[in-house]
Amino acid sequence: MTDIAFNTTRKSRGPWATAMRRLARDRAAMAALVLFLMILSMCLLAPVYAAWGGMEPFKSTLDATLRINGQTLNVMEQSTEGLGLGYNPIGPTWEIGNYFLGADNQGRDVMTRLLYGGLNSFIIAGAATVFTLLIGTTLGLVAGFFGGFIDTVLSRILDILWAFPVYLLAISLSIVLIAHGIRIGPIIIESGSLWLPIFIIGIVFIPYVARPIRGQVLSLRESEFVMAAIGIGVPSHRILLRDILPNVSTTLIVFVPLMMALNMLTESALSFLSIGVQPPDASWGTIIQDGQGLLYSRPMVALAPGIAIVLSVLALNVLGDGLRDALDPRSKIKLGRG
Amino acid sequence: MKKILLAGIASALLTFSSLSPASAAYMKEHRGGTMRLLAHAAAGTLDPHINYTLQYWQIFQSTYDGLIAFKKAPGAEGFVKVPNIAEEFPKPTNDGKTYVFKIRKGIMFSNGKELGVKDVVASLQRIFKVSSPTAGGFYAVIVGADKCLKDAKNCTLEGGVVGDEAASTVTLNLTRPDAEIFDKLALPHAAILPADSPTEDAGSKPIPGTGAYMFSAYDPNKGMTLVRNPHFKMWSEDAQPDGYPDVVQYDFGPTEEAQVTAIQNGEADWMFDEPPADRLAEMGTKNKDQVHVTPLTAWWYLPLNVNLAPFDNIKVRQAVNYALDRKALVNLFGGPVLATPVCQVLPPGFPGHVDYCPYTKNPGAKWSAPDMEKAKQLVEESGTKGQKVSIIVEDKTVAKSIGVYLQSMMTELGYVADVKPISPNIQFTYIQNTNNKVQMSVTQWYQDYPAASDFLNILFGCASFTPGSDSSINMSGYCNKDVDAKMQSALVLGVTDQDAANKIWADVDKMVTDESPAAALFTPKHLDFVSKRVGNFQFNSQFYWMVTQSWVQ
Repeated sequence: MTDIAFNTTRKSRGPWATAMRRLARDRAAMAALVLFLMILSMCLLAPVYAAWGGMEPFKSTLDATLRINGQTLNVMEQSTEGLGLGYNPIGPTWEIGNYFLGADNQGRDVMTRLLYGGLNSFIIAGAATVFTLLIGTTLGLVAGFFGGFIDTVLSRILDILWAFPVYLLAISLSIVLIAHGIRIGPIIIESGSLWLPIFIIGIVFIPYVARPIRGQVLSLRESEFVMAAIGIGVPSHRILLRDILPNVSTTLIVFVPLMMALNMLTESALSFLSIGVQPPDASWGTIIQDGQGLLYSRPMVALAPGIAIVLSVLALNVLGDGLRDALDPRSKIKLGRG
Repeated sequence: MKKILLAGIASALLTFSSLSPASAAYMKEHRGGTMRLLAHAAAGTLDPHINYTLQYWQIFQSTYDGLIAFKKAPGAEGFVKVPNIAEEFPKPTNDGKTYVFKIRKGIMFSNGKELGVKDVVASLQRIFKVSSPTAGGFYAVIVGADKCLKDAKNCTLEGGVVGDEAASTVTLNLTRPDAEIFDKLALPHAAILPADSPTEDAGSKPIPGTGAYMFSAYDPNKGMTLVRNPHFKMWSEDAQPDGYPDVVQYDFGPTEEAQVTAIQNGEADWMFDEPPADRLAEMGTKNKDQVHVTPLTAWWYLPLNVNLAPFDNIKVRQAVNYALDRKALVNLFGGPVLATPVCQVLPPGFPGHVDYCPYTKNPGAKWSAPDMEKAKQLVEESGTKGQKVSIIVEDKTVAKSIGVYLQSMMTELGYVADVKPISPNIQFTYIQNTNNKVQMSVTQWYQDYPAASDFLNILFGCASFTPGSDSSINMSGYCNKDVDAKMQSALVLGVTDQDAANKIWADVDKMVTDESPAAALFTPKHLDFVSKRVGNFQFNSQFYWMVTQSWVQ
């Protein structure tokens, strides 16, 4: 008996371990995770790559030269055929650390800027995600738990934000703030700072997080364990932090990669429109814009960041789906307006 | 005048010396067909007294006439003024303050009415009634203009413009001699329109003109159509020659990329916009016979705000001038075929221009290389190192590239610099308004007419500096009383002795360049890309390509 009981009793896994196990079995999600980590790692190594190749990613190097096969070439080449019109940067050399993807119209190494641009894109998308989740979760928790007048006021504010098409709102805010930055009392964000796009993108997506969280909290508030806690006089903040927040944490975790993907796209769009990351800083959006004027002669300048955005966003979305399936297979968590 | 506004060229004469002038025999076999023009967007109102854009001023040459005209001839001959609606140039009397214009008879508007004295008087009044953008700048010298500027609706120019129907004359009285009054009367803002023209902006509704062509349709969202004026009878080939195409169809909408492709495919004949940089090499090789490059009397420059740190220190302004790698800037613009480095205000070939470049490695007549050592030394002496500098540029490819280059250069000089690209729609007014505290910006100026004052007096005269206004064209805020007095003396002298006046302008150019309220970058060239079927291409220094003097069949 004892032996049999010992053999058939399996130690129960916690919900997190179960979820992680499910996630590990999801090949698509794991491939996406690996891809994402690869791209992120490469971007984190941007300063190392620049130092190794001796590249200046933010400085105009119009008179720079490079050596290929023992030959010294100008990074910016004057057209010598026909009327001699046009002045083009050098194309890809496919040599690591030596204008691998060619140069942009300031004679800067595209590969180095691509890595730095990715770093900025990840920083902005990541920080904006944290900002959105922090504010959105707080608003959702408070509105859903307290209900009544507080819920009405907060929900209407969220409705107003929700009513604006997200890109229109982001573009409007950027246009207003880009020239002078933000100066509200002690809060000062300079116009060229990365905090500005972080703040703008973070703001516009708050309803996308706050509304689903509020919905979940409304449901949780009626559950027995919350009613019991209220009944025995547990303070509200304690109930919110100890009882309700852990129960919405899976939703928040699923939101992280999905929000990151959305934020990366928004950041790229704003930077492409010159109202996100400001020159000479780079982001994938600004590099695409730099490449727009070189599409015919040096398509790689625009293509490379475009591919990087597609791969990163794809990886984040697939990872987000995998996380959702792993954390709660029956979940109906959906990010967006649906 | 700003980039999108009217421009002209200086030394196109050489380029086109081999071409037949407009006054050459009219070749009837080429008459007919439709000239198809393209632009990304329309340029606003069709009202010739209000519109202030190169895009439409070029078109107005075939549709409207003034008392005087710039000669419809290729190259620098286009700077020559000829009598147009006036029979001849009047001799100035009353110490250069009065001109009596004899009005030609038999000139018909496109609505079939004959042009008369009352139309001339009404048109000069209308400049003020519709608040033409140059009413205060160009025409304020007319007696009674001060009242008209204050009360536009009731403008009569009393005592300033006097018509005599019997003698068929119009007398123009000025408050002071003005050597440039004929230039100003030759601009579309002084076009002669029917006396019953609306006294507000005509907008999309064409006003009848006296030119060889008239507008038959205009939709700013689609395009415009010009057809032959059925009442036109040529009175002066120099002023208003007959044209070749029967119809000029100007379509709006396609991007610059699409415009280039359309011309290459023979679907359009000419594009207004600058071709994209990445198509230049292709155009210069595959379509080189269709490309026409012509120098302009214009400059790209950096206004440096002399009233804001660090540019309130002359050493910093000079340091910027020494540090500029103008060759690199020329390359950003498209290479040496499309621009030439300059150090001074007046463009090469312009009245009063004498080669001068103190801000180069080997100071002399021409720029050779930047002198970064000298620049750094000046910054060190100024004690301004480490200060913040913002560079305001247009959010357009070339301007932004220049902004990024400047940011890099200012950082190397020891400043904390940033670039702010803002919409081209507002950048030009934004950088003029002192409330925006713009320290440094990138902009361009193209001549209105060939006179040194159009650069020096307009851009650096005390009267052009209006703090708090969006129309403070002296963006540097530079006001030097000595320089100003010298400019005024040149303006007065110009009435009687233009050559002597030009010598004074050369001195003023030197003085302004030395004080560096701005940093000159380069003189641009103009690129016209036409279809294979366009013949008799002629570039006029004053108003660019003469559209209707080319043929398509």
